[in-house]
Amino acid sequence: MSLKPLDVHFKVHLDLKKIELYEMGWNLKDGLRECLVAAAPYGGPISLLKGHNRRSPSARPQLEIYSSSGLPLASFPWKSGVVKQLGWTVSDDLLCVQEDGTVLVYDLLGGFKRHFSMGNEVSQSQVLETKIFHSPYGTGVAILTGALRFTLATNIDDIKLRRLPEVPGLQGAPSCWAVLTQDRQSKVLVANGSHLFILDNTACTPVTPPGLSPQASSIVHMCVSFSYKYLALLTDSGHVWMGTSNLKEKLSEVDTKIKTPPKQMAWCRRPKSQQPSAVVMWDGLLIVVGECKETIQYHLDDDSILVPELDGVRIISGTHHELLQEVPGACEEIFKIASMAPGALLLEAHKEYEKESQKADEYLREIKEQSLLSEAVRQCVEAAGHEHEPETQKTLLRAASFGKCFLSNFPPEQFVSMCRDLRVLNAVRDYTVGIPLTHTQFKQMTVQVLIDRLVYRKLYPLAIEICRYLKTPEYQGVSRVLKHWACYKVQQKEESDEVIAKAVSVKLADAAGIFYSEIATKAYESGRTELAIKLLEFEPRSGEQVPLLLKMKKSPLALSKAIESGDTDLVYTVVMYLKNELNRGDFFMMLRNQPVALSLYKQFCKHQEQDTLKDLFNQDDDHEELGNLYVKASYKEQRLEARIALLQSAVDEYYKAKNEFSAKTTEDEMRLLRFQRKLEEEKGELLVGFSLHDTMTTLLSVGLHKHAEQLYKDFRVPDKRFWWLKLKSLAEKEDWEELEKFGKSKKSPIGYLPFVEVCIKHHNKYEAKKYVSKVTPEQKVKAHLAVGDMEGAAEAAIERRNESEISTVLSRCSATTDHLLMERLNRAKATAVKK
Amino acid sequence: ICFALLCHRTKLILILECQATKTCRKYVDLATNTDNANVKVLIDPKQFSRNEANGIIIIDKLQPRDFHILFVPRRSLLCEQRLKEKGVLNSFTNIDEYILDLIPYDGDLLSMESESSFRECYLENDQTSLYHAAKGLMTLQALYGTIPQIFGKGECARHVANMMLRMKREFAGSQTQILPVFDTLLLLDRNVDLLTPLATQLTYEGLIDEIFGITNGYVKLPPEKFAQKKQGEGGKELPTEPKKLQLNSAEELYAEIRDKNFNAVGAALSKKAKIISAAFEERHNAKTVGEIKQFVSQLPHMQAARSSLANHTSIAELIKDITTSEDFFDSLTVEQEFMTGVDTDKVSTYIEDCIAQKDPLIKILRLVCMQSVCNNGLKQKVLDYYKKEILQTYGYKHILTLKNLERVGLLKPQSTMRNNYPTIRKTLKLWMEDANEQNPNDISYVYSGYAPLSVRLTQVLARPGWRSIEEVLKMLPGPHFEERQQVPTGLHKKRQPGENRTILVFFLGGVTYAEIAALRFLSNMEDSGTEYIIAATKLINGTSWIKSLMDSPEENLP
Repeated sequence: MSLKPLDVHFKVHLDLKKIELYEMGWNLKDGLRECLVAAAPYGGPISLLKGHNRRSPSARPQLEIYSSSGLPLASFPWKSGVVKQLGWTVSDDLLCVQEDGTVLVYDLLGGFKRHFSMGNEVSQSQVLETKIFHSPYGTGVAILTGALRFTLATNIDDIKLRRLPEVPGLQGAPSCWAVLTQDRQSKVLVANGSHLFILDNTACTPVTPPGLSPQASSIVHMCVSFSYKYLALLTDSGHVWMGTSNLKEKLSEVDTKIKTPPKQMAWCRRPKSQQPSAVVMWDGLLIVVGECKETIQYHLDDDSILVPELDGVRIISGTHHELLQEVPGACEEIFKIASMAPGALLLEAHKEYEKESQKADEYLREIKEQSLLSEAVRQCVEAAGHEHEPETQKTLLRAASFGKCFLSNFPPEQFVSMCRDLRVLNAVRDYTVGIPLTHTQFKQMTVQVLIDRLVYRKLYPLAIEICRYLKTPEYQGVSRVLKHWACYKVQQKEESDEVIAKAVSVKLADAAGIFYSEIATKAYESGRTELAIKLLEFEPRSGEQVPLLLKMKKSPLALSKAIESGDTDLVYTVVMYLKNELNRGDFFMMLRNQPVALSLYKQFCKHQEQDTLKDLFNQDDDHEELGNLYVKASYKEQRLEARIALLQSAVDEYYKAKNEFSAKTTEDEMRLLRFQRKLEEEKGELLVGFSLHDTMTTLLSVGLHKHAEQLYKDFRVPDKRFWWLKLKSLAEKEDWEELEKFGKSKKSPIGYLPFVEVCIKHHNKYEAKKYVSKVTPEQKVKAHLAVGDMEGAAEAAIERRNESEISTVLSRCSATTDHLLMERLNRAKATAVKK
Repeated sequence: ICFALLCHRTKLILILECQATKTCRKYVDLATNTDNANVKVLIDPKQFSRNEANGIIIIDKLQPRDFHILFVPRRSLLCEQRLKEKGVLNSFTNIDEYILDLIPYDGDLLSMESESSFRECYLENDQTSLYHAAKGLMTLQALYGTIPQIFGKGECARHVANMMLRMKREFAGSQTQILPVFDTLLLLDRNVDLLTPLATQLTYEGLIDEIFGITNGYVKLPPEKFAQKKQGEGGKELPTEPKKLQLNSAEELYAEIRDKNFNAVGAALSKKAKIISAAFEERHNAKTVGEIKQFVSQLPHMQAARSSLANHTSIAELIKDITTSEDFFDSLTVEQEFMTGVDTDKVSTYIEDCIAQKDPLIKILRLVCMQSVCNNGLKQKVLDYYKKEILQTYGYKHILTLKNLERVGLLKPQSTMRNNYPTIRKTLKLWMEDANEQNPNDISYVYSGYAPLSVRLTQVLARPGWRSIEEVLKMLPGPHFEERQQVPTGLHKKRQPGENRTILVFFLGGVTYAEIAALRFLSNMEDSGTEYIIAATKLINGTSWIKSLMDSPEENLP
């Protein structure tokens, strides 16, 4: 059999395929008629508000939330104001924009979360139209007010309202408008008749789309692509203009030949696709426009809405849910009739192989001859990713796997991850879950976000299964899901604290990186303090326990947790909190039981609140520290009286502490201070503040020997020190006469070598020599050397027959002048060594 | 924390040393002199919370500028609270933290530069610095892998280990998959070895620190010896500014000699001098253009080496003037007597004389503390005598300092327990009679005979293990312990034969240069099989250490 391709006709139009996603599970009497509908992108939930225009209280509108497959998630009567617009945030929260500019936020199970206002100006002039948009900064809300001004918030989680400039010449509501995200800024594109303006923060700039057909007198509809890169405009003449959203380039223009305004318009374009294509919807009719003049038309049985997606458009009607998308390249190659693409051949080969036909070999050869086998495998894998039918996926993957067998060194990653991804996708596309993600969307959205979405829907087991299956790191995957589960669990009022705490701890025990404090916070917020405390026990990070415990007024526990964490700053925080919360007595009692906190607080007080410190010591009967405190305080006193009084208090405390030494010493200090003052008054010498030693030195230096002596006796200064002191003072004064008298007064307790040395230090060799003879034999050599008497030194050393002393003298001799002496010394040394 | 001022064009980062008034004035000058500047204030939360008032009010007055606050080493709730109370929290455009736990000081040395860490931990029972230490170790582990083994000795070590294990649990699930670089962490309390810092360090670097003081890797030296002798000028003008030199292993010569005993430095310097002049002589042998070119290309390196040699020769001369003095010798003799247990139970005449001559107080305190430590406490009579002498000579205000020293255990009355220092000394071989200063074979060379207790403990841990000295460990204060941390499977280090083990030794309360030298000596020993990386809360010496424990009430005067 020959495999010749059929002559491929000139490609008339892009290839589109319409996939039926679900038959809707809901049961809507009137379909989507007269409903406010919003469906979230990425296969998100659908919200319906029936009869939103009714204003009578007897017939309240009903708000309903469904999954993409039409399974009810929530339903409740709408009790607030008139809703102008519904929309979904990136994190699957429902936004309901009211006429007065208030935005109410619900979670996807209908739980009210919060509300915020779009500002005074909006509430005064009322909301005319609203658009909810997504950007890299989150979900935004744009409002056109009754005063024909735009107000914009780029991120509803961090609301910064921006009022855009006025549009010139705008008399009534503009014919159409859209929000763009360009240059990291959200802008509004407004059409007023045939004029087009771009509004940004500061200016309103008129713009003209290049090559817009001149017969149009008004732009009636516009839409921006999912990526904000492309723009489509529909004019009253029925022309669709398609181009880039910066209005620099025109891609194509198609005449739809329909002049009535459409219901909705959306881009239907795959990322990286070469062709522009947009979908325009009228009642009962859907037209796809592309590059060439012709259009594809679909008939619609029912009222429908278009949900633009990253890689196509979903069409939701009262009964069906379909996906319209450009056929992906790989799929087209493979499934095109009589395609000769390598992927198609590989699929064929595999089919033959299953039939045990030798044709399999022929096909394979065909591919291999062109060395396109790896390309063939790649095509099959890629195509499998775009297929929604598990059977088709399997067929393609089997073919890929078959082809892989004939390749060496083919990297397996793509195949393996595709198999995994498809398994996950098939699971979430399941009717009961109802998230009809395409593979392209899944990759864009990431597993993380998918897990979040499952968690929002409380599909915990599935989320965990997926995490485990994809081997997501625990703290990003399983642990996170479990945490959400636990947060949900603790809000279940019917179960007792014990049961919940136990259930949570059992389930979460082995999961790494669980932050129990968050779960406990949830429990506390739903009014279950006891449960919160129980849960906090599981929190490994004490630091995280503390703020919540404080909030719950469990201060003793907070304090001990803070201490446990070792973070002293945290301890301080709790201590300061307690200080303000409790009365002083209780506060001190609490600190007393926590020595770590107590000592930290003492440090704080030492620098900030001396008086509190005193109270603390008093409470503990810590007389020793009280004494120290008084001593310290005494040095800050300028007046002597006050100083002595404080020292007296210190003495009392020291006695109470049975610290006799400190008490006596402090008494001495007081005595010295009194003495100093008395002398200051009498003799005019500045003394107060000097140490005893310095006082005596000063007294001696000014000749008040008697007073110095008195101190020496009164304070029982050791003889040795007094002698040193007097010796140095007299030498300092160069009072050599007095010094000699002093030296002879009695036998010196420090010997006479210091006399020699001190004199030499004051360059008085003459005086020094006087004392040399009095020096003890052991120090004689040193003394002689000090006065420079080499001979004497040598004499003394030889007499003592001390080898090291002889050496010392020798080292000081100079070879030229002391020649004889050295000889003697050397001889003596020799005998000393012999001995 | 280093007090540096970093200017980056219009952006100013000012590290505010919160001795409030003085620096604030400096800061205000800067703020006012620099137009349109962003002013960033780096604040040490601890200091800040204590004397915050001045700083903040001034900041407030300078409203119109942009103010940023950066907390060092960590954001503090307490500080923010106080800022809020003062009503200025909102004046800051940015409030952030600059996490600065362990600062790399050299290739094998990390320091937290937490000045008062020892005082806080042992005197004030404030373990903030330990929390930062634990945080720092966690960061280190995030970068270099989980450390499988933790050993420790002392209360603080236990506390840090506990916090680390707890933090590890907190981070469970988010560990990084890094092959561990360190095999073992050893946490040592400074109060396990109070003796070592008291002794005078005798290595080159140690002596530079003892005599001139090394701060933040720099030393300031008297300028006279460094006067540039230019020909013709005759050296008329002597520089008056102290000579500032950076000291680290980037300087080849310094890396070579810093850990040597000072007595071996002279020989090393003259050897180096010969090599350098020989290298310069090479130029005569350079004949071809190629050879000359090669010689010229080496010139910058050689010139750097020559100037480095000149600097260190000058420093060595300065040190030698001191080490050869009688005072230094006498004091060292007494130290060594104490360390060998000679007459430690009596009043030392040398100390008595020093007090009588009113030598610097810190010198006296170092000696008295040393005697007390070596005798496991002094007889009450002896202790009281010393105390009385000190108070009479240096003033009664020092009573608070003495009490501090007693509280941290540096001074204590002898208890009924017998003196176990001799046992410790003998078992751990803390005194080596024949220390070889030139070609050392034992760590004792760093103190010319005394082997630092802390390093001995480290050495024994590596081989043969602490089990062999169980008795001695019990005599030293605080618990000793071993913990294991689970390392993810597949990250177990498979050591090649001959590959060294790496031990990180963390000194809680400070480390001296001599101890570092001793550890480097162990790393370089041929058959040691262990490499040591050193971390500490602060680089200390006896003087700075004692100073940090002193209480002088006058300084707190308003």
